[in-house]
This record gives sequence, structure tokens and C-alpha cells, in this order.
Amino acid sequence: MAEISIRNVAKQFGDFTALHSVDLTVADQEFMVLLGASGCGKTTLLRIIAGLETPSRGEVWIGGKRVDHLPPRQRGIAMVFQNYAVFPHLTVFENIAFGLRMQKLPRAEVDRRVTRTAELMHIGQLLKRYSGQLSGGQRQRVAVARALAMEPDVILMDEPLSNLDALLRLEMRAELKGVLAESKTTTIYVTHDQVEAMSLADRIAVMDKGRIVQAERPIEVYRNPAARFVGSFIGNPPMNFLPAKKGANGSWRVAGVTFEGPRAEREEIAFAIRPEDLSPSEGGLPAEVRVVEPLGPHVLVTCDVEGHLFRAVLDSDIVLSRGDTVKLAPTPDRIRWFDPETEKSLQHHQ
Amino acid sequence: MTAVTARETAVTSADIRKRGRLVFVATIIILCAWVLAPIYLLAINALSSPEQVNAFPKSFVPGFETDSIAFFMGFAGVARALFNSVLVAGITMALSIGLGAPAGYALSRFDFRGKDAFRIMVLMTRAFPLPLLALPLAVMFIRTGLDDTALGLALVHTTLALPFAVLITFSLFAGIPVELEEAAWTLGCTRLQAFYKVVLPLVLPGIAASAVFAFVISWNEVFAAAVLTIENRTLTAFLLQNINVSPMHLKFAGGAVLVVPALIFIFAVRKYLFAMWGIANR
Amino acid sequence: MQQRTLPYLLLLPATLFLCVFFIYPFLLVAWQAVSQDGALTLDHFRTMAGHWKFPTAFWNTMLLALAVVPVQLALALFMATLVTRMGKGRDVILYIWTIPLGISDLAAGIIWLAIFEQTGFLNSMLSGLGVVEQPVAWLGYQNKGTIFLAVVLAEIWRATAIVLVILVAGMGLIPKEYYEAAEVFGASPWKRFTRITLPLLRPSIQTALILRTILAFEVFAVVIALAGTNFPVLMGETYHWQFNLQDRHVAAAYALVILAISIAFTLVFLRTLRVPREAQP
Repeated sequence: MAEISIRNVAKQFGDFTALHSVDLTVADQEFMVLLGASGCGKTTLLRIIAGLETPSRGEVWIGGKRVDHLPPRQRGIAMVFQNYAVFPHLTVFENIAFGLRMQKLPRAEVDRRVTRTAELMHIGQLLKRYSGQLSGGQRQRVAVARALAMEPDVILMDEPLSNLDALLRLEMRAELKGVLAESKTTTIYVTHDQVEAMSLADRIAVMDKGRIVQAERPIEVYRNPAARFVGSFIGNPPMNFLPAKKGANGSWRVAGVTFEGPRAEREEIAFAIRPEDLSPSEGGLPAEVRVVEPLGPHVLVTCDVEGHLFRAVLDSDIVLSRGDTVKLAPTPDRIRWFDPETEKSLQHHQ
Repeated sequence: MTAVTARETAVTSADIRKRGRLVFVATIIILCAWVLAPIYLLAINALSSPEQVNAFPKSFVPGFETDSIAFFMGFAGVARALFNSVLVAGITMALSIGLGAPAGYALSRFDFRGKDAFRIMVLMTRAFPLPLLALPLAVMFIRTGLDDTALGLALVHTTLALPFAVLITFSLFAGIPVELEEAAWTLGCTRLQAFYKVVLPLVLPGIAASAVFAFVISWNEVFAAAVLTIENRTLTAFLLQNINVSPMHLKFAGGAVLVVPALIFIFAVRKYLFAMWGIANR
Repeated sequence: MQQRTLPYLLLLPATLFLCVFFIYPFLLVAWQAVSQDGALTLDHFRTMAGHWKFPTAFWNTMLLALAVVPVQLALALFMATLVTRMGKGRDVILYIWTIPLGISDLAAGIIWLAIFEQTGFLNSMLSGLGVVEQPVAWLGYQNKGTIFLAVVLAEIWRATAIVLVILVAGMGLIPKEYYEAAEVFGASPWKRFTRITLPLLRPSIQTALILRTILAFEVFAVVIALAGTNFPVLMGETYHWQFNLQDRHVAAAYALVILAISIAFTLVFLRTLRVPREAQP
């Protein structure tokens, strides 16, 4: 049983603020993904939870115990590193057994656990090898097995798949999800890959400039971004944004088209729509086609709407070419609105 | 017609390449000879009897006699000088690694105030003719009773070897990813345990190489050894002291005894020589 | 916090050691050179400069450095370039070329003594060829020129290896892509050497020059072994004053002279071979 609670944690590196007062609670057995661009503070936060970095301020609680003053070994965690950190001078067996030997577990128990986790990660036949004789994917498996063998309350993962090639990453992703669900540990997983985040997470915490912008279920983060940043970071291609001018009776005018929108004490707000929530229709937004990219199941159209970049993912049957003008109508219940100054969502419940 | 010219040019360019290759190989051989020939000549002298050494004109093949070396080894004071050399070099080796490795580790793993100041101090030692330290230290040692002792001389030699030890161990530790240590911490190790279970096994060969390097620095040093020792001469100091009075065959035998261990040591550390200097460049 | 004090604890032994055995002695030697019984004086410098051997020793040392260091740099650059073109056998050749690195200056002096002494190999060869009838006293006090040449050869033989090692290590840090790019743009091998190797090697050249020049000013045992006292140099005179004349104040003054020229040359090299911060990789 290990709930993780991060309270008001901040980290300063000299003049640079890596984390501004972060609060986050991860439930027992939850799979939480920290997602963000490089330099957003996600790895720093993970390292603070691991005890590899000390917070400048704030508290870290794991399983109802305050741990921010404890060294990593006393926190009941295991960690998988970006470059795997498989000890080059030890065999695969000794790597997996390393933590168990530190706990002075009886020999039989060490053997049992190493064999079990090695089987689980499909590296049972590699136990006598050294790290130098393994491929990247195999090293990755050793690193995960080494963490699992500890039977920890919490597993922390720092971009564990980022050094694998695309195909291997896909395979490992599915496997990790299965193994970790079975192990019943609480997991915090750092990545900059939104697809990885979407596919693995129970909840995603999106981070930007040292803050957690939104921490919700993946579909919620995708459908209802709490801030403009989330919409533009998640989704490939990302959300479209257009300025909306106040019209009569609480309506908003976007590129000459009128939409029902939220009440706001502003003259201008931002209108947002995902590219796949558009379809060609009379009365839609007037868009001048710039680039057409057929992607197989659909076609990605990059257009210009009143001087703003605008992308649409359309059915591949459509025939368009550069210079055409097309009217693109958004699906009404998928339109989102953002405050231009705070960049927060105008209908988000927070 | 064109085919013929083409073939001709092909032949000549192949010829040129062949000739270039020949010059290349010849140059390398000449340079090897430049390095090896003087050592061979010393070996001839060391392996000839005193009469052969002093004969003229001299033979360019050794007489394969051991009397010169035997005479040298039996010469009063040589055995003791040899022992002193090994002792001083041993202490130097232990001191420079013992003091230098922790500093190298700190430089490779931490960011802290004063780091640059320390680095500058270490690099500054390069701009100073260190053997001159022996002059003021001679006075200091007389006061503290360290004069004419192996330890006193080893302290001076350590100032020579320590900057190297710091820079070399720094590069060794910097070559071990911090992640390995961090992984060990998360797997239940204290800092110290992580160091000797993970870092130490990985850097040990490199540390041994830099220890050997420190040994060679001390073994070869002449000036400070000559200034600081009187009774407890090291081999270099002994040879220097007697160089004007000793017969030729004694000098050559002594030179050979100086050279042989150095050759072995350099052979032992050859793998690390370039890696060391690549980093020490900074 | 343990985290914060640990690096200082680790640096403490080395720092203390260098303070006691490096910084303090240098202050001490400076004080010895300019004081007599606790009072400031320039007498020791006057004694030093007034001695007939001082100008000879000074110029001998300077000329030696001037003759040795540039040749070593050029030779080492040449050897290092050859090394980069070697395929198999590279390791063996490199080991052979770096052998002198392990040889002390005294041993190097003795090695070249075997060649230049009166019954040595040079005379043996020359008489074998019939060039000379009587063995020549190459290292006799009347043959200053050949003494100088012998010392220069011995120094080049002994200490080119250290320059070579520094340069080879430095060349190893230059990415191959630069050469390939230059080749694609049509640069000849010579152009590649002058436009890519030399500029990128500047930090290594700087290190090598500083190290070698300072060591050249410290030349001592090679000279003693080859020429005894026939060829005075600064370091030898320092030893002579300290030991035979038992005047450690004048010896200290000599030490300061060596120190001063060492620092002066270091500063010159630091300045002229500086790599601007923006141009550093």
C-alpha cells in the first residue's frame, strides 16, 4: 500500500527555478505519467521523489510516511533509468540480485525472485551474460527486472523507452503495461512522448515550466485541456487556435463565422478545435489550402484561416490542392475556449 | 586510344600510391629506429664486460657478459639506493592516489563553490618548476626531522604526481555514468557501499595505471632527490652524485637499471596513456 | 547537510597537501631569495648575476629551449599525423614511440653518453668508416658546439613522446566528420591539416607547449650526464649553489629566475594560443 503525496515541492538550481510549488497525489497502485517537454521539470520531480535530489521546499510522503529527508534506499522505491544503468561488471543475474543481496535476503529467496522476474521479462536465458553482450532492448528488460525483483511499493521510471527504436518501443510499452498492472505497485513514469503517456497512464500529469498544468485521465486531458498549453502539446497534429471577437448576445465571431460560446468579460478570447473534429461543410470556417499530405487512412490539410495556421485531418476521399478554398465546420460539442491572458480553459471545471 | 591512356594513368596513379605507401612505411621505420637505436646501444654497453665497454672501436653487438651489471649491483651503496628508490616511489604512489582520487571523485561528481579555484590550483602546478620545491623544503625538513628520509622525498615527489593523479582520476570517474551509482542507491546502497560495489570495480584498472604513472614520476626524478637526500640516496641521486667519478661501465649499467622498470611500467599503462591526456588537456 | 560538505571533505586532503608542500614552499623560496637574516635585500640576486657563470647558464638554458621545443612540436605533429593514418600496427608503433616517456632525463643522458663519449658508438662508427683516425672528444670542454648538439638530440629524443601523447589524445577528440566535410568541399590533405587539425588542436598544442617549455627550463640531469660542468645551465647552477657552495639564498634567487621565465612563457602561450570561449566546442 503506497500512496504518494507531493506537497508544495519546489526546486531551485541557482537562479533557475526547476519546480514552482508542485502538489500531486498518486493513489495506491495508480499508474501516473509525468508528461512534458524537456526542461519542464518532470525528471527533477521524479528524482525528488526518488531521493536523488533534495527539494528546496515542500514535503514528499510515500505510504503515509514523510520521506523527503531520507536517502533513496530507505524510501521503499525502485527506479528504472533512462540509460538503464545496468552494472557492466556484473552478470544479468547479479544485476537483478543486487538489491536483494543488499537486503541480505536468504540465498534461496534471491534465486527464486531473480528467476521469477527474469522469466517475467523474458530474459531467463540471459542470466549469465554481461551488459556489454546485451542489446538495448535486453538491457532495458534487465533494468525493469532489477526493479521488479525488489517487490517495491513504488516504481519510478525515467523515460525508460526513449533509447529504444520505434518498433521495440511499441512492443516494450505493451509489455510494461501488463507487467506493472500485475505487480500492483504504484508507478510514476516520466516521458515526453504523448502516445506513450496516453497508452500507459491511469492519469497524466502534464507539466510546463516547472508546474503541473493538468492531472487527469488521458481522455480528459485530450478532450478537455485545462490550458492552451495542454491542447497544443498533446495531439498530433495539435489543437488549432483562432481569435474570437465578442459578438451580440454572448456569441463569438471567428473568421467571420458566429459561434455560441462562454460568457466572458473579454473583448477577445481564443477559439480552439482539434484537427480531426473538422469536416468540410458550407457555413464552416473559410480556409485556404497550403499543403495537402495524404497519410493513408486520412489526409492532413494545412491551411490558412485569416492569416492563422490551421490544420484539419479529413477523410482521404476528399480531393484538394494547394490554393483551393474549403469551408471547415467544427463539431459543435468539441469546440473549446481559452482565456487569452491566463491561457486557462474558459469552461473547465476547476 | 582512350582506353590505353586510361590504363596508363591508372598504372601511374597506382604507382604513385605504392610509392607513397613505401615512403610512409619507411618514415615510420626510421622514426622507430630513432627511438629504439639509442636504447639498443645502451643495452650493448650494459651487457658487455667492462673491458669491452672501454675498448675502441666498439662492437655493435653485445658481448652478453653480465660482469658490468654484476659489478654495478655489488657496488657499495647501489643495493640501498635501489631499495630507497622503490620505497620513495611506493610512498609517492600511495600518497598521490590516496590524496588525488578523492579529489578527482569530488570534481567529477559535485558542483560546489570553490571547484574552479581548486582546479586552477591544480593546473597552476604545471606552470611551476616543481623540483625547485626541494630547496625550501630542505630547510623545512631539517626542522621537522624529515631531512634525508624516504618520506620527505616522497612528499616532494607527491607534489609532482598529485596533479596528474587528480586529473587522471577525475577523468576516470567522469567516465562512469552517475546513473550507475544512483541505481545502486535506489537498490539499497549507502554512498560508500555504492562506491565500492559499483564505482571501484569499474575504475580499478585505471586507478592502477595512474598509480604506476605516479611510481614512474618518482622513480625518474633527479633534482629533488639529489637535493634532499645525503645518506639515503635514491638510484637517480646516487648515479648523479657519482657520475663524474665512476667508470663508464658503471654509468651504463646504472642507466640500464633505471630504464628497464620504466619500460615495463609504460607498457603496463599504455592503454590509458592517451585517454588520460585527452582529458588532462582541458 | 552531508551532501553539501562531502565534496569539501574529499578535496580537503589534497588541498591541504598542496598548500603545505606547494604554495607555502614557493613563498618560502621567494623569501629566501630576497632576505638575509630577516631583512629585505637584493644582495643574493647581485651575487647571482655577478657570478661569471650566470649569463652563460641563462643563455644556454634559453637557447636549449629555443632549439628543442619547436623541433619537438613539429616532430610530434608529424608523428601524430602519421599515427592517424595507420591501420593495424598502430598500437605497437605508438607504444614504441612513447617509450622515452618512461625514461628519466638522467637515463637519457647516459644513453646518449654511450653514443657521444670518446670511445662511444659515434666515434666507433666514424673510425670504422674511415672518416676520423683518432676518436674525437665530442663532449670535451673545447667543443661547446657538439656538447650543445648532443644535449639537444638527447632532449628531443627523450621528451618528444610527451608532446606526441598530448597531440594524439587531442586529435582523437576531433570528429572525423569535419575531415570528411572538408574533403567533400575539396580541401587537399595539407589544407585539411592547416585549416582543421591545427586550429582544433590548439588547446592540446597549448598544453604541450607550456608543459614542454617549463620542462626545458628545468633541464638538468641530461646536461650533467653528458657534459658534467662544462655546459652550465640554470638548474645545474641552482644545484651547485645549494650543494657545493652551500648558499641557499643564491640558489633561491636562481629558483626565482627559473620560476619567472616559466611563468612568463606560460602566460605568453596562454595568451597567444587562446581559444575564444565562443569558439570552444
